[in-house]
Order: sequence, then C-alpha cells, then structure tokens
Amino acid sequence: MTLVPDVRIAIRDLHKSFGANHVLRGVSMDVHSGTNAVVMGGSGSGKSVLIKTIVGLMRPDSGGVWIDSLKVDELAEKELDELRLDIGYLFQSGALFDSMTVAENLSFILERHSGMTRAERRDRVMEVLEWMKLPDKASDLPSELSGGQKKRIALARAIVLNPSILMYDEPTTGLDPLSVRAVSELIVRLRDERQITSMVITHDLLCAEIVADSAHFIHEGVIAESGSLSELRASAHPIIRTFFQEN
Amino acid sequence: MEQKQTTKRWLADSVVLGGIAQFGDLVLFASRFFVRVFRRPFEGKEIVRQMDEIGSKSFVLVAFTGFAIGVVLAMQSRTTLARFGAEDLMPSMLALSVFKEIGPVLTSLVLAGRLGAGIGAEIGSMRVTEQIDALEVAALKPYHYLVLTRVIACIVMFPMMTMMADMIAMSGGYLESVISSDLDYRVFFTNAFESMRLSDLIIDTGKTSVFGFIVAMVSCYKGFNVRGGTREVGQAAMQAVVLSSLLILLADVVVVKLSLMFFPPV
Repeated sequence: MTLVPDVRIAIRDLHKSFGANHVLRGVSMDVHSGTNAVVMGGSGSGKSVLIKTIVGLMRPDSGGVWIDSLKVDELAEKELDELRLDIGYLFQSGALFDSMTVAENLSFILERHSGMTRAERRDRVMEVLEWMKLPDKASDLPSELSGGQKKRIALARAIVLNPSILMYDEPTTGLDPLSVRAVSELIVRLRDERQITSMVITHDLLCAEIVADSAHFIHEGVIAESGSLSELRASAHPIIRTFFQEN
Repeated sequence: MEQKQTTKRWLADSVVLGGIAQFGDLVLFASRFFVRVFRRPFEGKEIVRQMDEIGSKSFVLVAFTGFAIGVVLAMQSRTTLARFGAEDLMPSMLALSVFKEIGPVLTSLVLAGRLGAGIGAEIGSMRVTEQIDALEVAALKPYHYLVLTRVIACIVMFPMMTMMADMIAMSGGYLESVISSDLDYRVFFTNAFESMRLSDLIIDTGKTSVFGFIVAMVSCYKGFNVRGGTREVGQAAMQAVVLSSLLILLADVVVVKLSLMFFPPV
C-alpha cells in the first residue's frame, strides 16, 4: 500500500479476536510524521491490543498495519527486527529487566544492536540518562526506583537506539499528577527535539492534553471518533461525552 | 443424572484433549531449539552465566545428595550381601548402582526440583511483567536469549553435576566401609571399578544431558506460557517441576532400553 507522504503509520480495517472475544472490529487510522497521535478509550476497549498488533507482538486476523509502506504482519523475521530497531516501545509496567541495573538495561540493547565499544556505550547511556535528568540512577536496580523514575528509565531504554517512532502504552498509569506532567512533557520534547512520530495509548486526560496533536477514541473495537482533542471533547457520541465528563 | 454423566464425559474429554494439545505445543516449542541453535546470535556470555548459576547454586544440594546416596547404599547393601556371604562384592555393587542408575536419576530429579522451579518462576514473572515482550520489540530474540541459553547450559551441566555426585557418593560409600570394616581404599576402589565399562559410564552419565534438555525445555515452556499474575507464575513453577520429573523417569526407561539394545551386558 502506498501511504500519503507524511503518514508513517497506517492502520486499515484491523480485526483481532481471542476466541469468541472480538477485540478489534475494524480499526482504521493514520499517524502523521513527527506528530503525537493519542488513542483514548475505556478499559477493555482494545487499546493495548491495537498497539501490540502495530509492533507485531500480535498478528491481526484481518486488515493490516503499514509502517513506512511496509505491512508489518507480512514481514520476514529479519525485516521485522530491522523495523523494530526504528521503533521504541514504552510498556505500561515499564518492563525493565529487573535483574539488571539501570545502566545495564540500556547498555544491553546497545551491545547487541549498535556495534559500539564499551566506552561508547557507557557514554551513550549517560547521555540518555542525563537527557532524562536521571544520571545518578545508573547503578540502581529497577526495584529501587519510584514509579515515575521507572517510567522515565523505560523511556530512556526506548530511545537509546534513536528510533524515529515511539509507542507509549499507558505512559502515565499509576503516577501522581506531577509525574504525569513530567512524563508527558518528555513525550512532547521527544517530538519537538527529535521529530519522533508517536502513538500514545492513554485514558489520562492531563497526559492527552499535553501531548496530543491528534486524538482518536476507540470504543468496542472501532475508532468511534477522530480529530483534535477539543473536537473529541465536543463530540455528541454518548460514550465519549461520558468518558470526558467522568475524567 | 444423564446430564451429570454428560458433564463428566465432557470434562474428561477436555482434560485429555487439553493435555494432548499442551503436549503438542511443548513438542513444537522444543523443536524450535533444533532450528534456532544454529542461528545467530550466539549468546556465549549468557550460556556461561547460566552454567555458573546451575553449578554454583546447585553444588551443595547435589553434593549432599551424592554423599547421602553413597552412605545409605553402602549400609543397605552391606547388610544384604552379608546374608549371602558376598560382602566383598559391596564396592562393585555400589559403583554399578551409583554410576548406572541411582546417581544420574536422583541427581537429575534433585536438579529438576531446584532448577525447574527457578527457571519456570523467573521466565514466568518476566512474561507477566512484559519483559519478554520488551525483549521481542527490541529485536532481542527472547527464545535465543532465554530458552537456548538455559537449555544448552543444562545439557552441559547435568552430566558434570552427575559425575560430581557419583564421585561424592563413592567417597561416602568408602567412608561407610572404613567405619564398618576398615577396608583399604585401594581394595575398595579397585573392586568398585573392576566391573564397570567405559560405555556404562559414558551412556549412563551422558543420558543426563537428555534429562537436562527436558528440565530446561519444560521449565522454559511453562514460564513462557504463563498468563495472569503471581499465582499463575507459582503454578507454572510447580508444573515445571512435576512435568519434568515425570518426563525424566519416562526418558530413563527409554534410554536404558536403547542402551541395552545397542550395548548388551557382557
């Protein structure tokens, strides 16, 4: 499929079921280059399944995801690995490797993919940690970090290879409002300073307000409404109205 | 009444079919090992780390098991053989029992308990905390990094740990002999190894590589397929120990039968 020039991620009629549970029922949306696309929706609406399908952690039943005109589920293992090197992923839980220190979490990926020497890897790790304003945490274990610090270290790991696309799965879940703001501002900085294209899965309105260039509301496995965040806020769709009122 | 019977039959069918499906899934999971073991990347450093984990953390347990086997077997066989006036045969009986069967199987069962639970719980908790997905999206090949390394480490370390347990068992047996009958160590060890063949030693110690493969593969499989939370991780660890222990005993029967076919006793 040929994409509109500035569309980096295109999702078309995506379906995914688990047994009788039809989670995605024909999702279609685009993410434009250098923008933050926010996907919102209630629990169990299929947000996490959508983002996992985009990076090939799950295979769609039908429809497809195109990243830079490459159909993700049709890529060979080697091609998918190459594509994944250009995609960073921030997991809801952070998913830091808990037997490694913060520095090792970052260095581990560089060691396997960058061809850097040990000294270069150390410098790169410190550069990213300083960018995250957490250089003093390099030798800490993930269990010694607070929730907000874990998210920022996980984000540091996601950008250590300088990807041009970032996927955020609930980046602010479980954080206090100050940490929500800190993490959200990092997402904006990544877009502004590195022109990173992002998809942010969230149900946190504060985060969405800070980061969203475009917003999409997913309900019962389909995109119920797309537009700017203020357009979504003004939507007549009863579920979207309830969502915004209760948040 | 009829509905109860139908429900019972449905349950029995689903348990049997579920078991068959899971075994098929395990075989598929294990078959990926033979394809991927020849593919890059070669995780040499991680294999050595895993071997060190197995060796250093299981040493005391295996050594104690070996020593207990040797002492108890020596005590038991001495009294039994004395009834037939064949006490002199004790060292060779001890060596044959330890090297051919009891050493390899008991050491492997002990290691299955120690490692099976550890691997199942470690990989299971990595699964539920999305660390395996994190490896996957970073193009780090979790099967290579987590499964291949542990399976290769177990294939190499099980025979080494078994040899160690066997030697400690023989030392325990000798210690018991010294205490009971003041037997000279040259007589003891000459008698012990006189009846052994090199093929016995190689096959019966080498079969623990198969047991190591089983323990690591079953435990990785159980850990990889955990769905849920901490309770399911605990269940996976327990199932890894139970299933790998059962499969060790089953594999032992097959290996012994095959070895008797190809290397019949003289």
